[in-house]
Amino acid sequence: MGFTVFYLSLIVLIPLGATFLKTFSAGWGHFWETVTGARALASYRLSIGASLIAAAINSVLGLLAAWVLVRYEFPGKRIVDALVDLPFALPTAVAGITLTAMFAGNGWVGRWLEPLGIKVAFTWLGVVVALTFIGLPFVVRTVQPVLQELDPEFEEAAATLGASRWQTLKRVVFPELFPALLTGFALAFARAVGEYGSVIFISGNMPMKTEITPLLIVTKLSQYDYAGATALAVATLLMSFVLLFFINLLQWWSRTRYA
Amino acid sequence: MNNMTVDNSHHGTERSTPISLGEPRWVRALLIAGALLFLTLFLLLPLIVVFTEAFKRGAEVYWNSISEPDAASAIWLTLIAAGIAVPLNLIFGVAAAWAIAKFQFPGKSFLITLIDLPFSVSPVISGLVYVLLFGLQGWLGPWLAEHDIKIIFAVPGIVLATIFVTFPFVARELIPLMQSQGSEEEEAARTLGAGGWQTFWRVTVPNIKWALLYGVILCNARAMGEFGAVSVVSGHIRGLTNTIPLHAEILYNEYNSTAAFAMASLLTILTLVTIALKAAIDWKAQAQGRKVQAIRDEASVEASYEY
Repeated sequence: MGFTVFYLSLIVLIPLGATFLKTFSAGWGHFWETVTGARALASYRLSIGASLIAAAINSVLGLLAAWVLVRYEFPGKRIVDALVDLPFALPTAVAGITLTAMFAGNGWVGRWLEPLGIKVAFTWLGVVVALTFIGLPFVVRTVQPVLQELDPEFEEAAATLGASRWQTLKRVVFPELFPALLTGFALAFARAVGEYGSVIFISGNMPMKTEITPLLIVTKLSQYDYAGATALAVATLLMSFVLLFFINLLQWWSRTRYA
Repeated sequence: MNNMTVDNSHHGTERSTPISLGEPRWVRALLIAGALLFLTLFLLLPLIVVFTEAFKRGAEVYWNSISEPDAASAIWLTLIAAGIAVPLNLIFGVAAAWAIAKFQFPGKSFLITLIDLPFSVSPVISGLVYVLLFGLQGWLGPWLAEHDIKIIFAVPGIVLATIFVTFPFVARELIPLMQSQGSEEEEAARTLGAGGWQTFWRVTVPNIKWALLYGVILCNARAMGEFGAVSVVSGHIRGLTNTIPLHAEILYNEYNSTAAFAMASLLTILTLVTIALKAAIDWKAQAQGRKVQAIRDEASVEASYEY
């Protein structure tokens, strides 16, 4: 017990305290200026916007994948199921250079998209692709267990009472899955907002256009603007805390509602 | 309307399950195809790309790229960082999960939130706090400089950042499991005269071994592949403070993509081994779970006979 608290305070609390104090040592004015600068605002817009889009894509396609993996049988199912963890276990830098190679103009996928006028690598679309990749396991892995536990009796009852398959899915199955889906969305989103390694290769990193907030922090740090980097970090941390709180609230809400 | 006609037309073909409980065959096929297309594009294709790019110029170039001195030192540093971070986090994870699952104390939920923190904080920020703490302009920086101890832009910083980023893995696997198991078995062992350590090794460890292994494997994968946090504290000194992912980044930015993908392929192999082990543990734990469940069912049946 004592060891746990000691270790945690050593590793988390002290550095975090340092972060906050360091920010305000440079004064509130400087903090506000950095956090609301044009370049910072553009980076939030990209980071949060692309993360929302990626989490939304993952919610739809992740639900589809979870459904197929739980309810249907097809050859290679177990391998596919195991592969879902790939983005979670694959180092982000590897994901970054690989996705860039795939979606660049001469890449395996980019080659087919370029003639259609769709540029993915080095645009905001590339950011969405990278964030979709790293968020993929979250929705699948939160929805899957709920779907597995779902008693078919309810669906049978609905069907017996004359509901069509679509009605059963919409009125019986979906409400059961919804809390898990929301949690998966929030987790994928939270992960995407802070993501660095997989994005910096595919985004092209043009200031105001394809620069994400974590990259801006690293840029400030490499210019020895420690106060600026910390100010942005605190802004991002506050967003993370709000999200974490939101996730806990969601879990609590779904538990009280469906317990 | 549409659904009704579909239901009717397939009434004869699906005899085993009533039609209103399953989807028509063409819907199934469409959904499976859609899911597989998405997963192939995002999961399988990247794997193939890593290895084709790495072997683009033949096996010899591949071998040279992973055995040249800078690459070898990157591999060595990665092994050191993981070799320190994983055992420490294993001990911490067990201790934390033990404290949270078996005892009641104020601030418990706060502790759980703290453990989750590295998952919800950007890796860049994790690295930043160490720079602020140990860097030259940081809190302890001047003192460290006086005593000629280098942490940031040196190996200790990389190890610290790795520990921070990977510390939730073991604890998070264990907490829900130990919470659900409760402490009845431990209490029984203590009543029968077992000592603290004996109880831990004979009762607790066998109960949690699969989750423990699971946590360690995931922790190791992340420790070896961490990029953001390590990148901030490393200083990118070739041959000295570059881990495998950082070395891959440098090579990639130098347009030496074959060598970059060769480094990436090492990490990809690690990832594949991780996933395979994880799937094997899942399978094994499930099989064992069924066996334990069967024994328990039998026991409860026997118990009910006795009454």
